[in-house]
Amino acid sequence: MKASLDGSNQSGEKMAAMDELPLVLVHALPPFEISFKGRLQSRFQLIDSLDSTFAPHVSVLLCVGPSPVSSDTLRHLPSLQCIVGSSAGVDHIDLAECRRRGITVTNAGPSFCEDGADFAIGLLIDVLRRISAADRYVRAGLWPMKGDYPLGSKLGGKRVGIVGLGNIGSEIAKRLVAFGCRIAYNSRNKKSSVSFPYYANICNLAANSDILIICCALTKETHHLINKDVMTALGKEGVIINVGRGALINEKELVQCLEQGQIRGAGLDVFENEPDVPKELFELENVVLSPHKAIATPESFASLQELIVGNLEAFFSNKPLLSPVNLE
Amino acid sequence: MENICVLLTYPVPEYLVQELEKRFTVFKFLEVASNPQLLREISNSIRAIVGTAVCGADAGFIDALPKLEIVASYSVGFDKIDLVKCKERGITVTNTPDVLTDDVADSAIGLALATLRRICVCDRFVRSGKWKKGEFELTTKFSGKSVGIVGLGRRGSAIAKRAEAFGSSISYHSRSEKQESNYKYYSNIIDLATSCQILFVACALTKETHHIVDRKVIDALGPKGIIINIGRGAHIDEPELMSALLEGRLAGAGLDVFEHEPEVPEELLGLENVVLQPHVGSDTVETSVAMSDLVIDNLEACFQNKPVLTPVI
Repeated sequence: MKASLDGSNQSGEKMAAMDELPLVLVHALPPFEISFKGRLQSRFQLIDSLDSTFAPHVSVLLCVGPSPVSSDTLRHLPSLQCIVGSSAGVDHIDLAECRRRGITVTNAGPSFCEDGADFAIGLLIDVLRRISAADRYVRAGLWPMKGDYPLGSKLGGKRVGIVGLGNIGSEIAKRLVAFGCRIAYNSRNKKSSVSFPYYANICNLAANSDILIICCALTKETHHLINKDVMTALGKEGVIINVGRGALINEKELVQCLEQGQIRGAGLDVFENEPDVPKELFELENVVLSPHKAIATPESFASLQELIVGNLEAFFSNKPLLSPVNLE
Repeated sequence: MENICVLLTYPVPEYLVQELEKRFTVFKFLEVASNPQLLREISNSIRAIVGTAVCGADAGFIDALPKLEIVASYSVGFDKIDLVKCKERGITVTNTPDVLTDDVADSAIGLALATLRRICVCDRFVRSGKWKKGEFELTTKFSGKSVGIVGLGRRGSAIAKRAEAFGSSISYHSRSEKQESNYKYYSNIIDLATSCQILFVACALTKETHHIVDRKVIDALGPKGIIINIGRGAHIDEPELMSALLEGRLAGAGLDVFEHEPEVPEELLGLENVVLQPHVGSDTVETSVAMSDLVIDNLEACFQNKPVLTPVI
């Protein structure tokens, strides 16, 4: 082995350690990094480069943030069996190649779903009740003239269409029921354990909803899922909330619909070309914009740490993974 | 009923003005106030006042209007109405409970989410172009936090129901324990504040609840605590709240009401850990129509000598 020819003491130590601790490749493209390396190093042997001599022996890859795992990445790792993800989305991973090679993938959904749901609802109430717009109004000293301040729209009784009833979607539904909303959903497949009405066709869901909350995975099939037709079906009183991925919505058409009053408003945490945001949106009072932070709390990252360590330990002790992604 | 004269003591939504004008002769105080002669002429004819949370009917108004029979408030709060004087004169007072409960509770939760998750700050961050230069900070999780509610009436209960769906533990303080409630009761508001991280103020404003949230309560809530006020500004000792926020002894506040509306203390305007609203807790099109209809129904009942629908006294 190359390492044994390399006279450095560090490699010698690494060779010895390799027998004791399981090997994990930490795949982190700048600027992404993990804050709990120390904790992992006490349990696992970490390498951080695809070019490492140990790469061919690696059975687990820890994917940090949206660092891409392409088929090229996977070619460097002939022994890979599992990818442990650290984000809710897995659209940066070549899932088709993983499926072909029988590589399992875990995501961070369970760590982030409560925060994601909280933020989606925060955005929704903000858009309907104009919270950010009213906050700006007060800070600008305009309240004394409030006589003409526009009224908001009531949340209770509204029909909410959830696009993607996964971890985050389920948490959103649970919360909105308490506000008196009526829930329906669209998803790849109908969920037999769920009693909310299911719409296989997204336009039908939109036509029967006052609010659409987008929280599904981004795949080839769901790219630009929300387009002008869906927004027209939703109607002039409709509100769209997106906490999934920017590319789930045709952004050009969304901006047009908002500018022309074809929908009531939107709350957006994600955009097609972050951090670029269409500047037309900055002129609008009926949108609430957020810099892709729906799930970002110290609590969710603490939970994420536990989930990642849990998934790694489950893999190495042949126990069921905590948050596997269905690759079908 | 067109001959019945009604005085509007504060601006109300256009829908209510239109409905009133269909049925009565309406005078708007802000318009007639500058015309002392007109004021004198009509004061003998005014039989009803429609007031709001901002301006109702104080002793001055009541004394000036000898024919006043009813004060129908476009609000659930009636702290701006001199109830003692009304009782003396046999004047009916009505408010608009229930129809606005959901909206106020939604607003309270929306304020809590906006405060903890810094949603308004996020929006400013993106609009200002700062996202291109760097990432936004982490914000504090809402779900699962301990919630304390001051006042478990209609609004307090509606807030509790929503907060429960977020996994919050709920406790409350009120004049007396509610036997039908499963939430933990604290007879002392300091104990409530000690036990929770998010404190919602949702009780009625009375002599006893004036400044019910004072320095001691703020200290008990602590530097990680946030206060959401959808009651009345006077529930909170505003200068104490200000200094706690400025000195970091309180993590944040979501405020829909202030002691001297529409004045908001200038120091609040520069803070990122507060969310400020211009008393819009019940301001939706749907609720505004429902509240307006209730005001009209109360007035019509009164002038048809029928029992009013939602009397305060």
